[in-house]
Amino acid sequence: MPDSFTGDTLTCIRGERVVFSALSFALSDGDALMLRGPNGSGKSSLLRVMAGLSPAVDGALRWNGAPVTDDSAGHHARLIYAGHQNALKPALTVRENLTFWAEMHGGGRVDAALERIGLLALADLPARFLSAGEARRVCLARLGAIEAPLWLLDEPATALDAGARQTLFDLIAEHRARGGMVAMSAHGGAPLPDEKTLDIAAYAVARAGIEEPPA
Amino acid sequence: MTGAFRRILMRDLRLAFRQGTDAVLAVCFFIIAATLFPLGIGPETNILARIAPGVVWVTALLAAMLSLDRLFQHDYEDGSLELMVLSPAPLEVVVLAKTTAHWLVAGLPVIVAAPVLAIILQMPVEGFLPLIAAMALGTPAVSLIGAIGAALTLGARRGGILVSLLVLPLYVPILIFGVAAVDAALTGQSMRPHLLLLGAILAAALPLAPWTAAAALRQATL
Repeated sequence: MPDSFTGDTLTCIRGERVVFSALSFALSDGDALMLRGPNGSGKSSLLRVMAGLSPAVDGALRWNGAPVTDDSAGHHARLIYAGHQNALKPALTVRENLTFWAEMHGGGRVDAALERIGLLALADLPARFLSAGEARRVCLARLGAIEAPLWLLDEPATALDAGARQTLFDLIAEHRARGGMVAMSAHGGAPLPDEKTLDIAAYAVARAGIEEPPA
Repeated sequence: MTGAFRRILMRDLRLAFRQGTDAVLAVCFFIIAATLFPLGIGPETNILARIAPGVVWVTALLAAMLSLDRLFQHDYEDGSLELMVLSPAPLEVVVLAKTTAHWLVAGLPVIVAAPVLAIILQMPVEGFLPLIAAMALGTPAVSLIGAIGAALTLGARRGGILVSLLVLPLYVPILIFGVAAVDAALTGQSMRPHLLLLGAILAAALPLAPWTAAAALRQATL
């Protein structure tokens, strides 16, 4: 039976501001949801809500029909989240960094993932010597090392060169071919093959009478 | 679950040994601060011996404050904490593992250094065993209770001072019974009731502190 991951009429508040409301989405096996919208429209907020980091003040997230809040640990076990930060320890080597996160998810193919993303040669280098793009690649190597059906990627291509970007899209395509789901945010860039696009700005709440702060 | 505990513990210990954390500095602070007392008060054996248990305990608590505010700070800043919240392991286990690592790096050396400071402070030999026993029971509770403060102040500016203000009052029972155990032994009384009370504090902090700190960490990573 195919898995499904849905959000019903979600509302998110951050810093006393309603970021979006009445936002719904539905994902099933092999789907990719591309979150688009200008800065501050709530792409990252939605991904954090999907991961269960931030609560949705209204609405419900469901996995196969069951609210994910009923089983937070189970939800965490089936997702990989890559936020803005790479969560690398400068004093640990690339391999140690990746191995730690892989083992926290029950183990994985660390060296294969590093080779795939082109970092095997740097595996024993402390992460403090990595460039911004290389650090981002180590963060994304978790996608290859850990088995999880749901990927939540917040602007994953940031700082990546063309080759690494292509590897990322290949990884996403393979993940979808295996029946995995992806939700990611991106600024511009080529669309994924038959992606579902979610324009978050459409769910912004009109704030009548409140003036926008000057940019 | 035990696997996650061991992995985080090993990771934090490896980080501590590789980059020499604040915890190492805290132990140095403990030694230097306690050494200042004989210099400031003068070499009168009676006075020094009288205040020795209190000086060792108070400086140990202050040293713990130096390192505790960073317990979750680095993981919070580089995004690791978010991923730990999202890992399948219970966050309480994560907190317990990080606190254990903190105690091994910052608490255990303090226990080892305490008898040396006791000699400098002219404490009678009969007090050494009670001091070590009281610290062995008290310092893990210090790390555990401090973890709550560290988790609550994450993201706050001047977090270090805030942790001290929050947590030092909570250390009062540990201080009282820790010093009382040594004093009791020095005056020929039983140290047992004081050690039992310290043990009770530790037994209460062991399940409650990780639970509380984990709740605070979930708020911090919202």
